[in-house]
Amino acid sequence: MSDGGSPAMGDNGSPAVGDGGLPASVEALRRVREDPHRLGHRPHGPREVVAGAGHGATGPANKRVIVGYGFWIFLLSDIIVFSCFFAAFAVQRGATAGGPAVAQIVDLNRVAFETAALLLSSYTCMLSFAATDARNRLWTQLFLLATGVLGLGFLLLELQEFAELAGQGITPQRSGMLTSFFGLVGLHGVHVAAGLLWLATMMAQVQLKGFRPEIIHRLMCFNLFWHALDIVWIGIFTIVYLMGSGA
Amino acid sequence: MLGKLGLSAIPFSEPIPLITSIIVILVALGVLGLITAKGWWPYLWREWITSVDHKRIGIMYCLLGVVMLIRGFADAIMMRTHQAMAIDAPGYLPPEHYNQIFTAHGTIMILFGAMPLVLGFMNFLVPLQLGVRDVAFPTFNSVGFWLTASGALLVNISLFVGEFARTGWLPYPPLSETTYTPGVGVDYYLWAVQISGVGTLITGINIVTTVLKMRCRGMSYLRMPVFCWTSLASCLLIVAAFPVLTATLAMLTLDRYLDFHYFTHTAGGNPMMFVNLVWAWGHPEVYILVLPAFGIFSEIFSTFSGKPLFGYRSMVAATLFICVVSLMVWLHHFFTMGAGAAVNTFFGISSSIIAVGTGVKVYNWIFTMYGGRVRFEVPMLWSMGFIFTFVIGGLTGVLLAVPPADFLVHNSMFLVAHFHNVIVGGVVFAIFAGMEFWFPKAFGFRLHEGWGKAAFWCAFIGFWVTFTPFYVLGLLGMTRRLQHINFPEWSPWLYLSVVGIAILILGVIAQVMQLVVSIRDRERLRDVTGDLWDGRSLEWATPSPPPFFNFAVLPDVEGEEAYWGIKLRAVETQQLAPEPDYRPIEMPVNSPVGICTAFFAAVFGFAMVWYIWWLAIVALVAAFAGFVVFAWRDVHEFEVPVREVARVDRARRAAREALLERMSRHGALP
Ligand code: HEM
Ligand SMILES: [Cu+2]
Repeated sequence: MSDGGSPAMGDNGSPAVGDGGLPASVEALRRVREDPHRLGHRPHGPREVVAGAGHGATGPANKRVIVGYGFWIFLLSDIIVFSCFFAAFAVQRGATAGGPAVAQIVDLNRVAFETAALLLSSYTCMLSFAATDARNRLWTQLFLLATGVLGLGFLLLELQEFAELAGQGITPQRSGMLTSFFGLVGLHGVHVAAGLLWLATMMAQVQLKGFRPEIIHRLMCFNLFWHALDIVWIGIFTIVYLMGSGA
Repeated sequence: MLGKLGLSAIPFSEPIPLITSIIVILVALGVLGLITAKGWWPYLWREWITSVDHKRIGIMYCLLGVVMLIRGFADAIMMRTHQAMAIDAPGYLPPEHYNQIFTAHGTIMILFGAMPLVLGFMNFLVPLQLGVRDVAFPTFNSVGFWLTASGALLVNISLFVGEFARTGWLPYPPLSETTYTPGVGVDYYLWAVQISGVGTLITGINIVTTVLKMRCRGMSYLRMPVFCWTSLASCLLIVAAFPVLTATLAMLTLDRYLDFHYFTHTAGGNPMMFVNLVWAWGHPEVYILVLPAFGIFSEIFSTFSGKPLFGYRSMVAATLFICVVSLMVWLHHFFTMGAGAAVNTFFGISSSIIAVGTGVKVYNWIFTMYGGRVRFEVPMLWSMGFIFTFVIGGLTGVLLAVPPADFLVHNSMFLVAHFHNVIVGGVVFAIFAGMEFWFPKAFGFRLHEGWGKAAFWCAFIGFWVTFTPFYVLGLLGMTRRLQHINFPEWSPWLYLSVVGIAILILGVIAQVMQLVVSIRDRERLRDVTGDLWDGRSLEWATPSPPPFFNFAVLPDVEGEEAYWGIKLRAVETQQLAPEPDYRPIEMPVNSPVGICTAFFAAVFGFAMVWYIWWLAIVALVAAFAGFVVFAWRDVHEFEVPVREVARVDRARRAAREALLERMSRHGALP
């Protein structure tokens, strides 16, 4: 995230958007649209004073910065939960107790589709937020819907995988390796499911309440959450499936 | 329909839990009846239960912590007296009950006693010291508190319905797996700790965001009071370490409920993985507790020495140093695992290095007193008792951090003495010091001094008489958690320890008396100035108790020790700063979402413990529905009108004028 925006930005730290959807001044428009971060154009040394960024000199940050910041910290803690499950998998991946090894249970074809669905959903999620930024309800909803459908597709593929494995008697109860495999992949799946529930709630809110500041903040948090799940999935994809298929 | 729950869950055949349960239920019913009879419910609901005011939430956290400390202390009395009576004799607690007691004692003292108190102090103080009106997420703050309370509730329910874990406060597998502990005890532990852990994480996120993003104008990092720094470090550790606990306990839960093999000793499970993971949380946890305690002592030493804190910057650096290094020492809790000489050496050295940061702090406190005008008020007594006690505890910690030495005394009474030395001497002393110090700020009257001194001396002497024998016992070879003792040579030390606990009981009585007497004499003990200790940080700029919006106008800080600077200026110019331009204030509205979520969380936990699946699902759905209702509300804030702001602030200014006049007449504070 940027440092909360330049002084030309509005109360929420987003571009000050007037009724017609236009930024308050042409100057601000240039700065935000053409070079939003003004990389290389910002003075070095003591920063210019940015109201609402919470940098000490100017008093408490504005609500948007606070919400985003807090949610980032939550995400970090969630990633630590995942890291424990990753660690367990690393410790137990050889503990097959005479059962199947990792290479025997991964099906790269299905996982490729799962990965594609999830990555694409992150893209549509980002597009939905771009639409939110432009205060366009229709496109926000459509892209959120697309995100949800892709997420659901991912989840169904994963369930299919679990069901197939279970059909062959490959369950977490079989061995330490399978425990940590189902635990890690399942934890991610539970997160995706919770994300879908959240997403449905947000779509209802956007429809019924419109773009209120707090709803925009929640959409922003949802975006962060969804992208974080993507990042975790990349880890799972690589460490469990790709590296596993070779082992 | 009711899962495993049946009448056999009630301990009819065991008189001790049965009688305790009946008494606790009667007392609880009595309190509820009194509240109903007096018609206090609307007030409690409006002003406390649904409150999102960080000060109220902080006070409720502290209240919860104190109640649980008393519960844990009762367990401690039973353990000490039982052991003294179990030397070549049966004692009065059967083994399965004794095991529950030491487990409950550790769990309650750390997770439901000390943690709520520490979080309570942070909640109450951090926004006041930073010169802002609330924490970053006031409603989540309430959710966090009530979740912690639900966890505590579950632990206490286990006393009457079913049983508690018998595994020790960290439920090591394979003992804690269903094969060896089939009952509901470990499940109670798991759900109680899990639910309160979520609450703790919420508070941690809240405080980190508050400190990093919500400071009043001019409050740059190096102007923050040390307590804010230590709270920040402690909450960073919460954010880093509590998820590890959540994950570890979730794995154990999967093992127990769905026959997974994370920590079983069959089918490729790995019990040592639990020990590693749980201590990767557990060691940071002890610093989560003790860092805010260091902050409390720092504030007290500088206030009662009438000097700025010596070495402020080195204090900040030492805090952050401890914060980081405490994540790298966990293996010292199981040197005996057999990880090999290289690994043990690494962790032995990293553990000893932590003591360097702590040493810096100790010298800073001592030099703060040096050359100051030290006032020996009650908070200062606790602080000086802390230095002495904590240094000894730290030294025995360094001794334990030497692997070959640890092999001899690991899991002995020597270890028990070490951690009580640091936790009681560090955290509990800080809590009592802090209560004495900030009680007037929270409630508007100070605590009775005589009873406070009595409480300190009883606690200090009682502590040493109780725990010094443990060092000796540990060196004599006594291991921890013994229900039965067949070495009569140990008896003198065990008896001496009972004498100690008797002195500690006197200390607790003195604390209670102090509270009763102070409430009775509150008019005489009233603090009208808002600054009765001659304080240095911004909380003393507010009236006692502070208005719910804390500051009529957010302060503008111009140096370290924000309030001290303002005060000096007022004394020099013989007048207060000109009356500010009052504006209306937006404050968050109260919300029942915290208590609702926590209620459903408690129901969920209880249902899971007893395998009542339908109820668990209903509770989850209800908790989600509650959140949706909350998210649907339209009014988030209300406005405090200018007239009200001005009225409150003018009263504060009048009190300050009077104080200023008195100061210029007497040359110093009253
Ligand atoms: C000066 C720095 C410290 C060092 C070098 C140190 C070292 C150690 C070591 C090596 C052990 C494990 C001994 C064994 O199991 O054989 C231990 C246990 C423990 N320490 Fe410390 N410690 C220090 C400070 C603290 C502090 C500040 C606290 C709490 C506020 C604390 C709380 C504990 C607890 C609770 C245990 C044992 C818990 C259990 O096994 O149930 N320690 N310490
Ligand atoms: Cu440790």
